[in-house]
Amino acid sequence: MTIALLEDKDRIFTNVYGWQDWGVKGALKRGDWDGTKDIIAKGQDWIIEQVKASGLRGRGGAGFPTGLKWSFMPKEPREDRPSYLVINADESEPGSCKDREIIRHDPHKLIEGALIAGFAMRAKAAYIYIRGEFIREAETLFAAVEQAYDKGFIGKNACGSGYDFDVFVHRGAGAYICGEETALLESLEGKKGQPRLKPPFPAGAGLYGCPTTVNNVESIAVVPTILRRGAEWFAGFGRPNNVGTKLFQLSGHVNTPCVVEESMGISFRELIEKHGGGIRGGWDNLLAVIPGGSSVPLVPAAQIMDAPMDFDGLRELKSGLGTAAVIVMDKSTDIVRAISRISYFYKHESCGQCTPCREGTGWMWRVMERLRTGDADLSEIDTLLDVTTEVEGHTICALGDAAAWPIQGLIRHFRPELERRINERKGAALAVAAE
Amino acid sequence: MPKLTVDGIEVEVPAGATVLQACELAGKEVPRFCYHERLSIAGNCRMCLVEVKPGPPKPQASCALPAAEGQEVRTDSPLVKKAREGVMEFLLINHPLDCPICDQGGECDLQDQSVAYGRGRTRYTENKRAVTEKYMGPIIKTAMTRCIHCTRCVRFAEEVAGTDEIGALYRGENMQITSYLEAAVKSELSGNVIDLCPVGALTSKPYAFEARPWELTKTSGICVMDAVGTNIRIDARGPAVLRVLPRVNDDVNEEWASDKTRYAPLGLSKRRLDKPYVRRAGKLEAASWAEAFAAVKTGLSDLSGNQIGAVAGELLDVESMVALKDLMKSLGSDRFECRTDGMALPGGGAGAYRFNTGIAGIEDADVVLLVGANPRWDAPLVNTRLRKAVVKKGAKVFNVGPEVDLTYPVTQLGDGAVLGKLPKAAADALKSATRPAIIVGAAALTRGDAPAILAALGKIARAAKIGAEGFNVLHTAASRVGGLDIGFTHDGGIAEVLGSGLKALIVHGADEIDTNLEGVFKVYIGHHGDLGARGADVILPSASFAEKDGTYVNMEGRVQRSYRAVFAPGDAREDWAILRALSEVLGSKLPYDSFAALRARIAAEWPHLAEEGIAPASGEIDFGTGGDFDAAPIGRFIHDFYLTNAVARASEVMQDCSATLLHGAPALEAAE
Repeated sequence: MTIALLEDKDRIFTNVYGWQDWGVKGALKRGDWDGTKDIIAKGQDWIIEQVKASGLRGRGGAGFPTGLKWSFMPKEPREDRPSYLVINADESEPGSCKDREIIRHDPHKLIEGALIAGFAMRAKAAYIYIRGEFIREAETLFAAVEQAYDKGFIGKNACGSGYDFDVFVHRGAGAYICGEETALLESLEGKKGQPRLKPPFPAGAGLYGCPTTVNNVESIAVVPTILRRGAEWFAGFGRPNNVGTKLFQLSGHVNTPCVVEESMGISFRELIEKHGGGIRGGWDNLLAVIPGGSSVPLVPAAQIMDAPMDFDGLRELKSGLGTAAVIVMDKSTDIVRAISRISYFYKHESCGQCTPCREGTGWMWRVMERLRTGDADLSEIDTLLDVTTEVEGHTICALGDAAAWPIQGLIRHFRPELERRINERKGAALAVAAE
Repeated sequence: MPKLTVDGIEVEVPAGATVLQACELAGKEVPRFCYHERLSIAGNCRMCLVEVKPGPPKPQASCALPAAEGQEVRTDSPLVKKAREGVMEFLLINHPLDCPICDQGGECDLQDQSVAYGRGRTRYTENKRAVTEKYMGPIIKTAMTRCIHCTRCVRFAEEVAGTDEIGALYRGENMQITSYLEAAVKSELSGNVIDLCPVGALTSKPYAFEARPWELTKTSGICVMDAVGTNIRIDARGPAVLRVLPRVNDDVNEEWASDKTRYAPLGLSKRRLDKPYVRRAGKLEAASWAEAFAAVKTGLSDLSGNQIGAVAGELLDVESMVALKDLMKSLGSDRFECRTDGMALPGGGAGAYRFNTGIAGIEDADVVLLVGANPRWDAPLVNTRLRKAVVKKGAKVFNVGPEVDLTYPVTQLGDGAVLGKLPKAAADALKSATRPAIIVGAAALTRGDAPAILAALGKIARAAKIGAEGFNVLHTAASRVGGLDIGFTHDGGIAEVLGSGLKALIVHGADEIDTNLEGVFKVYIGHHGDLGARGADVILPSASFAEKDGTYVNMEGRVQRSYRAVFAPGDAREDWAILRALSEVLGSKLPYDSFAALRARIAAEWPHLAEEGIAPASGEIDFGTGGDFDAAPIGRFIHDFYLTNAVARASEVMQDCSATLLHGAPALEAAE
């Protein structure tokens, strides 16, 4: 099944390149805040049903059905335990830059989405937790929220709907782990950003112990358009269970790196040809691709070329769509060094709370560094693989998995390269000894 | 009551139990480091991983997973074994293998569990992490390279001690546990983190490199540093008490002990009276027991009845006080008193002077009125219970007396006179409470206007319908309730005992008051050369609490037995034996020749003292008719937590704690 390219009329993020005004005037021209009151008037259940019907899956990486997530929230929040919507704008995954573009150029889509999603889950307020390094973006977001308040879109009697809803923007301090939903909540509460044990899940006890839903920026920002254009429209793109449009972020060795909205399930080749300007040096020069941000395993060139870019398609390749941050590497790449650098990132960003991740990420990185130069024994490849399995699935949050997967991908597809380096170094050492 | 199977064994667990508890019920051991029954669940060590169906296809942390109907738990599958080996390997890659020079050796969870669940060898060949030592005060010695980041100490400080002084800095493998700004930990419960630490990262500074656990003789005892009656284990090697650890008793101390409980006993080897002394020509000279007894006989000759007085100190066991009382009776005197601080108490039965709500029971109180009590210092382990009541169960606490930081929110009402007309908020709260409690402390009861305070409390209790079960006296002396139980009291109190007509005084371990009276022949029976021994005409050296069997009654009226851990030094003898021998010299021989006979004599008159536990007490309390309030503000009863008795004052650790933690002396740096 081939997926047709997305036409301009079907794009949700019409100002993703910032060619128009990001402010409320521009947003109104683009159709944001249009009939929000009427959408709210249709009621909570209708909105949740529509989102469920649209097949929208969480855009933060895990791909959990968004409408289903919202339906876990209490139908009648208690006075002393209000519900909250928390929007995760702590976009820190290496390779990802879609939330940044949304906040920079289309912040009103997010704020309107926050109101509608918050209303649907009967939340009292939304907190947008924005990454600390996003300084200009945070300024834009603060200003956009201010504009929305001034226009009466949010706050008391939001959009004249009779629903009171506040939106707060909170700036993080630059820790990757604070993008994990429960660590984000801890950080938002003013504590050290460390993931919480689950259960209880945030829908039961989240922010300040109250029912909370944490959603990605993109998941929230697409909701108003889906509701305006209909669930069937959104569900019409892509393959079953992998529907809708998605912001892809092309980086690395493509001729024109970009952020682009495309239909889910588009083939890798088409995505790169159409939007990335082709692989640097041609398709024969492609080495491997990390298709969903640094935490997913890499896929070698031969397997990825005609693969569909969606959740299930990439899972079949033992990788994942993640945030759809496509990192392309051509044959000039030192692939071992690249993965070793990713290992360093996870070692640096581990919160240190639980044992396998705290101790394992450092160990894995140190072995990776030696594999990079070949200063290792052949048996250490298997030892390293075993260590990654001892980290994976044994930790409180998914950072342990994220640290293990890139290495597993490397060993799965590039073991000969690792062995070559070890053998070459041994040979060189022997040659020196013989002299 | 969910039913589940653990390794095929079916168990039924109480609702709210975790999978780990279910495994324990099934008799399956689950290794753990961070999990502790009395602390919140952190789930960070990942040692307790088990396989659970239904659930994700990966091992789950059993400490944090609620047990549910129909779960199939496996603790013996290859997946679990591999997970444990993996976590163990991770814990050990950066843990120094310095067990031979580590004080935790022999009682180390990491050591034990790595033998049981580890692989036996490591595959890690990189350099190990090293972490700088942290200063945490005179009690906690750190070796942070050994830390496995279980955060038990952090959770204890935050949840039980109520002082946010320990925390984690940095992240990932650079994470470090430290005290805030590396200042000394200022909690009076700080020693407990040493017991909680599963490895040798936090060890006992005073006990450093003293002994290995297998060299120690372990004896069950009762702490006499306050009136809580903390259950302790006295660890001794040869004649020396090397350390004191708490024993678990959920009704009394749970499994905590205050720093004074732990380290004051180190003063047992300092400033000891180890031979009898007799004052000759104004100077105390060492003497034999026969000479000392002869000197007492000479001093008491020609005296009769109430010309002879006696006071009993704060650290005494019931047996010693009974022997002294019997001796006084046989001398024809009823001039004896154990309330050396002059405490006034309401009339009535034993319920009038006990902590009736109970130490464990106070956890369930919903409104508490503190009067002249500073539980944080008077009885730290009562304070942890109050903290639980406030923080976990939402109790309200009102305080009359000086403002103190009790580690939980307290509404300050004012001074004693405010009891005459309680502010409406407090009165209403007491009235609408389901389990109200009044706690009155020594600072209020030792004042001149104690009758006025008691009468006002009586009115408050009547107005709020608080019975005896809600009336509590917060004692500070370990001997006090026992002394009151056996009637070691004088109608006129301590003032009359020490008043006119006194010719001779037997001071039995009473070191907190001045007993040097002009023209009075003074005999001191005790174990430390402290205030009581000063100015004595004859000194008879006796045994401390660790050197004799004894019965103690704590503030609740709980009868507990303590056992001899070491022998008294030199010529010192057990108290009852001294009194028995003295009585023979004085010609009025006490009717018991053995300790067992003395206990039988006690059981005959006070049967409740023969059995451990709390005997029911009369609920009648006579609060009296009152008097005038004194305008002077209520002060503190204890002015220096660490130096409240002769043993503590002799302990160098307690002196150090007092100087650095309370009086701001600069901490001494080692090796300078």
